[in-house]
Amino acid sequence: MSLQTTSSQTVGPYLHIGLTWLINADLTGPGITGDTITIEGCITDGDGKPVTDALVEIWQANAAGRYAHPEDTRNLPLEAGFRGFGRAPTDEAGMFRFTTIKPGRVPGEGGVLQAPHVNVTIFMRGMLAHLCSRIYFPDDPANAADPVLARVAADRRSTLFAQPIAGQPSALVWNVRLQGAGETVFFDV
Amino acid sequence: MSTKPATTSVAGYRRNDRGTQPDLLYPPYASTVKRAPSHPLVLLPASLSEVTGPVFGFDVLKANDHDLTKQHAGDPIGERIVVSGRVLDANGRPVINTLVEVWQANAAGRYPHQRDQHNAPTDPNFTGAGRTQTDSEGRYRFVTIRPGEYPWRNHYNAWRPAHIHFSLFGPAFSTRLVTQMYFPGDPLLDYDPMVTSIPDERARRRLVSVFDWETTIPEQALGYRFDIILRGRDETPMENYLPARS
Repeated sequence: MSLQTTSSQTVGPYLHIGLTWLINADLTGPGITGDTITIEGCITDGDGKPVTDALVEIWQANAAGRYAHPEDTRNLPLEAGFRGFGRAPTDEAGMFRFTTIKPGRVPGEGGVLQAPHVNVTIFMRGMLAHLCSRIYFPDDPANAADPVLARVAADRRSTLFAQPIAGQPSALVWNVRLQGAGETVFFDV
Repeated sequence: MSTKPATTSVAGYRRNDRGTQPDLLYPPYASTVKRAPSHPLVLLPASLSEVTGPVFGFDVLKANDHDLTKQHAGDPIGERIVVSGRVLDANGRPVINTLVEVWQANAAGRYPHQRDQHNAPTDPNFTGAGRTQTDSEGRYRFVTIRPGEYPWRNHYNAWRPAHIHFSLFGPAFSTRLVTQMYFPGDPLLDYDPMVTSIPDERARRRLVSVFDWETTIPEQALGYRFDIILRGRDETPMENYLPARS
């Protein structure tokens, strides 16, 4: 049996009415271990204008590299209170911001451990289906052997790396360019 | 070559059938022109990151979250309706205990949102947001009012057909879906670039709910049925489909 999947449609400009009840821009809390980090970024369109009506969702493993999902049955610690899901809208400057912990490594293609990464979903008016991307961490030695990064053309790979913010330890910036020069890599997952 | 599946690979979710999903760049919907990526998407094989996804418990829901007519002191203006259906995967299996979020305009075609400048009245008894979770058979049900059509500025005399926005997670990062449900017989459907962005005519029609006598409540509310199909799982990891070399 194979049914045809339902078509995607845009979230439109009034997404906040239905989706902001579940805003979770801070994934940290009591009993959640790992290095606390902030990730902020600006989403810009093909004219370089900030996108002020987007919604960003993140999905990530905990610091030990385990997803809070029944299918991740590896013998690694789960932490009550860490769901691994974040959701935040962009503001009037096109900025979003999450406080979270750096995830551990999870297995990937061919059993190779992937470099630490945060999975990202982006919704907005003018986007008929959501976009998926990943945030990787700068200077992580595991990046060199990451099987997903290896699938991305070398000259576009840098769009997937968050960058440190000078003078702010643990603060990272990951900007999203939807179109044009420096266009962010988006995935078909 | 070993005939045993590699234990290190995971079965992913099958890609959507050709034509069922809109192209990201669809110039009749003007906002796509500066927002759609110009590079093709990079195809990812499934890993644990894609076959897992956020799990929500019933604890995130409140009593009247599924009944948009009972979220304020009084009754909202408009025609009461029941919107229900099943969430299945492409293999025909129910998608159980998954979060379903909805939002919509009021009966006059107005959203209580600072960016909605349409000069139709707001309704103090209607916010237009709801959520529920599918049951053990993948069923969901909302009580609401029929949303109004409303103008937008995409092109001259542009009007959106009446619609309800739906957001679903399904079991995995790969199964996330945001869509819109429409109403049968709406003359605006043929003129709406969001609908016509879907190449496959049958896929467009599946976004249109059907009148449902079974769920219609006598003296109270018309029923509309809207079934949603999320991506289905491959039976085996993709590696097993590769021809064995001798």
